[in-house]
Amino acid sequence: MSLSRRKLITGGIVAGTGVLGLGAAALIAQKYGLIPPDHGGIYGPGETLTYAAQRLLTRHSLAREFSRSQISKRPVPNEMAPLNDAYKSLQAGGFVDWRLAVDGLVDRPATFSLAQLKSYPMRSQITQLACEEGWSYIAEWSGVPLSHVLNLVGVQPQARYVAYFSIDPEWWESIDMADALHPQTFLAYGLNGDELPVANGGPLRLRLPRQLGYKSVKFVTKLTVTDSLKGFGKGLGSAAPEGGYAWYAGI
Amino acid sequence: MGDSASIVSAGSAAADATVPSKVTSQRHSRLVRITHWITTLCFFALLVSGINLVISHPRFYWGETGNVLTPPLFKIPIPSSRALVPTGYGYVLPDQNGWSRYLHFQAAWLLVLTGLLYAISLLFTGHLRKDLLPSKSDFSWGVFSTQIWNHLRFKRPSEAEAWSYNVLQRLAYLFVIFVLFPLVVWSWLAMSLSFVSAFPATVTLLGGQQSARTIHFFVSVFLVLFLLVHVMMIFVAGFWSRMRAMITGRVSAQREGT
Repeated sequence: MSLSRRKLITGGIVAGTGVLGLGAAALIAQKYGLIPPDHGGIYGPGETLTYAAQRLLTRHSLAREFSRSQISKRPVPNEMAPLNDAYKSLQAGGFVDWRLAVDGLVDRPATFSLAQLKSYPMRSQITQLACEEGWSYIAEWSGVPLSHVLNLVGVQPQARYVAYFSIDPEWWESIDMADALHPQTFLAYGLNGDELPVANGGPLRLRLPRQLGYKSVKFVTKLTVTDSLKGFGKGLGSAAPEGGYAWYAGI
Repeated sequence: MGDSASIVSAGSAAADATVPSKVTSQRHSRLVRITHWITTLCFFALLVSGINLVISHPRFYWGETGNVLTPPLFKIPIPSSRALVPTGYGYVLPDQNGWSRYLHFQAAWLLVLTGLLYAISLLFTGHLRKDLLPSKSDFSWGVFSTQIWNHLRFKRPSEAEAWSYNVLQRLAYLFVIFVLFPLVVWSWLAMSLSFVSAFPATVTLLGGQQSARTIHFFVSVFLVLFLLVHVMMIFVAGFWSRMRAMITGRVSAQREGT
């Protein structure tokens, strides 16, 4: 036999150290919020590596901003599911009755009208919207930073994620607090100096320039602050993984 | 039988003169063989998923932005998995991007980590100097032209040549390891909105996000071309002997009485 006792012992020590190392890495990753909600399944390792690596490298970095001359001539109206009746009736009323509800782990759950959101200091960013399919455009987005609204309602310290919902019940997403409090994460209501068009998510879109387009949910009506995503949908974090797409879309 | 191979008992005298006398030594080290097959596996995963991703938008652009409302640099005349893309075909293929993106990135991670292991081993094992860097004598027109001529007429290499790479092989492998592979990783990261927020030069040096996508595509095409030539050459040189060398590490297996 060529497999000597020494080899067995060495192999055992190496394997043991490996298992312990992986265990320790998992604990540390969990503590620092480096594990995405869709970490299970065969693609879990790759997904976790991507999310963990980007969280470590890009927690506070700002998405690239462009000059006014780089704005695309036309912002692409992407394919979209037909608008539902709830949306159409609000649209008929000129979105006067559009409401954004904020609940979950907050001190003062609240509901905001568009007029209220527009009364807060407006911010603008000229950023790129890139689709996972490969195309992209640059536009100027205006709105109120999500952090402003979160500060108004008072986020509780145990909060770890913000889930956000479209008026289309099929489309909802969530982000970690690093992205939720990021200065470029907007509740956007304006595009290129005008009202945000319906085709681009008007009247209210959650704009997240450091992730792909599908994370920028159109027609937002509700935000829920939470410490766990287990209770939402199938517990994978958002509608994207339920449809086979990654929860984290920074790449 | 462990790693030590049995001594070759018989063989052609001509070949024995040049084959190292101790056939116990291996043609490919264990590390090279393991990283080779992991790379193969990852490459196919990346290729299949990559083709799916191209199908969702078979148009390529140059610069920062590009979409169906802007003129493409070029289009691939295939149907698409998105109704948004005007392909001229009257149908839309099913969407495969979800699992393709998951698989693409998982395979990319495994390949990058494997590549790093291989790159580090290059420095410590002498593999780079011994097997990959051309020797001084390789840089002569005679050697070069002979090799090119041999390749053009698909001349089967002699058994002695199974022990080292010729100059064309060396240059091809060096180009893949040190040019194509780093470029494909770089252009991958340049497409990541989050990555470039921390390292903007990654994308600006390539001329913009859409340029990075186009570069990523072309480098991938070159890698596929390399693969085709690589596999074709394995058939020319002798499929079973080369496969055996990369699986077991031994070259002269056909003379071991099998």
